[in-house]
Amino acid sequence: MNSCETGDASAPSADGRAFRVLRILLPVIVAALGTAAWELAVRLFDIQPYVLPGPVAVFRTLFSDWGVLSQSLLVTLLTTLEGFVAASLGGIALALLFNLSKVLEYSLFPYAVILQVTPVIAIAPLLLIYLPQQTAVVVCAWIVGFFPVLSNTTLGLNSVDRNLAGLFQLYGASRLQTLRFLKLPSALPYILGGLRIAGGLSLIGAVVAEIAAGTAGAGSGLAYRIAESGYRLNIPRMFAALLLLSLAGIVIYALLALISHLALRRWHESALGKES
Amino acid sequence: MVAPAWFETDAGRGGLAVSLRGVTKIFDGGVMALGPFDLAVRKGEFVSLVGPSGCGKSTALRLIAGLATPTTGRVDTFPHAGETQLGHGIGFVFQEPTLMPWASVRENVRLPLKLARVPKNDSDARIGEALSRVGLTEFADSYPRELSGGMKMRVSLARALVTDPDILLMDEPFAALDEITRFRLNNDLLALWRNLKKTVIFVTHSVFESVYLSQRVLVMTARPGRPGSEIRIEASEPRDEDFRTSTAYAEYCRKVSSALAPSYVGKSAL
Repeated sequence: MNSCETGDASAPSADGRAFRVLRILLPVIVAALGTAAWELAVRLFDIQPYVLPGPVAVFRTLFSDWGVLSQSLLVTLLTTLEGFVAASLGGIALALLFNLSKVLEYSLFPYAVILQVTPVIAIAPLLLIYLPQQTAVVVCAWIVGFFPVLSNTTLGLNSVDRNLAGLFQLYGASRLQTLRFLKLPSALPYILGGLRIAGGLSLIGAVVAEIAAGTAGAGSGLAYRIAESGYRLNIPRMFAALLLLSLAGIVIYALLALISHLALRRWHESALGKES
Repeated sequence: MVAPAWFETDAGRGGLAVSLRGVTKIFDGGVMALGPFDLAVRKGEFVSLVGPSGCGKSTALRLIAGLATPTTGRVDTFPHAGETQLGHGIGFVFQEPTLMPWASVRENVRLPLKLARVPKNDSDARIGEALSRVGLTEFADSYPRELSGGMKMRVSLARALVTDPDILLMDEPFAALDEITRFRLNNDLLALWRNLKKTVIFVTHSVFESVYLSQRVLVMTARPGRPGSEIRIEASEPRDEDFRTSTAYAEYCRKVSSALAPSYVGKSAL
C-alpha cells in the first residue's frame, strides 16, 4: 500500500523532468543535425562560399569579423531598445489616456490602426527623407512596436472584474486610486503580453529602417551590414550578421518572457505550473 | 415630508438602519427589475431576502449600497456617526469572493482602509483583528489562489468587517460553497452578528439558510420584485445545530417554502 503510493507520487514528477529535458534536447538535436547536413552538402557538392557558405565558414567569419559585427550588433540593439522603450511608454500612456477619455479614444484610435496596417517598409523611405537617419530608425521601431502594447493595454484596462470595480466604487475610490490599485494590476498580464510582442517587433522595425536606408545611409547596424555585404557578395558575413540578429531576437524574447514570469508567478494563471 | 406609519413606530425601537420607500428600478433595456419596493430594517436586525432567480434581490442590495441608483423612490441608510470617519458604514459581501488575485490576503483586507487613506500603522491593527475574527490570522501572507473557496469567502467577510461598518450587505455569499463549509460559515456569521451587533441584510436562494440565520425572512415575488410575505423567526438564542434539527426550524422552513411557492407556479424547473 505504502510503496504503491510513493510509486504513484514520484512517477509523474520523474515523467515531468524527463519531458522538460526532452523539450530542451530535441531542438538542440534538430539544430545539430541541420547544421551537419548543411556543412556536408556544401562540401559534397563543392558549393562556393559566395553562393552558399557552410556553417563552419559562417562561424569563422563571425569570429574574424567580430570587431565590425559586434559594433553593428550594439548599434542595432541600442536602436531596438530606444524604439521598444518609446513603444512601451507610448502604448501604455496612450491606452491610459483612451481609458480616461472616450472622446480621445474615438478620435485617435483609427489612426493608430492605420499606422499599424500600413507596412512599415513603405513608411521607412519617407521617414528617412524628413528625419535624420538615426531618428528615423528609432521611429520605425516605435511604429511597429507600439500598437500591440496599446491594444493589449486597452484590452487589459477594460477587463476589470465588475464586482471589484463595484467594491472600489462602494469604498469611494478616486479615479487615480482605481487606476493604480485596480485597473493597472488587472491589466498587467495583458501589458506584459503586449511588451513581449513589441520587443520582437521593435527589432524588426529597426532592421527594416536600416535596410531602407541601405548603403546610402551612414548607419552601421547589423541590417546595414547585411545590405552592404550583399552588394560585396560577402555572403558568409551576411549569414553571420543574420545569425546575430536571430540571437538578438531570441534573447529579447527570453528576457521579456522572464520578466513577465517573475511579475506574474504568484498569482496569474499563465505563470502557474500545472501542478497547482 | 410625510413619513409612513411604520417609520414612526420602528424609529421608536432603536431606530432604522435602512429604509427603502417606493423604490423601483428599470434597467436600460426597459426591464422592470424591482418595485415598487418598501423595506425598513432596524438597527441590529438580521433580515433575509428570499426569492426566485431574477426577482431583483441583488438589485435591491446594490441600491442600498449605492452601487446603483433607483429609477424612482428613495433609499436611505443610517450608519451611525462614529463610522463616518471612513466615509461610509456599509460593508458588502459579493456572491463571489471578489478578491484581487495579485494581492495577498492582508492586502486584500487592507483595501477599504487604503482607499480611505488610513495610515499603514493604524490599518495593520484593524486588519489583524478582522482576520482573527474570521480565523485566518495565519494565512495573512497567502495569495487568494492558494485558499479554498470557504477561506476566500472568509477573506471577503474580513474585508467587509475591517471598516467596522454598521450595515453588512451580503449577496448570496455562501451559494457556491459545499454544504459543510456553508453550515460552518453560517454559524460563524451568526456569532459575528451576535458579538458585533451589525445590521445584516442577507440575500439567499436557500430557504434553510434564511430561516437558520434571520430574525425576519422577506419572501419576494417574481419579477418585478416586490416584498411578498414576511415571516418572523422567533427562536431562542443562540441558534446552533440543535435549532437546525428542531421541529420549530422545520416548521419555519415549511412556511417560507410555501410563501415562496406562488412565485414558481407555472415555471419549469429550468
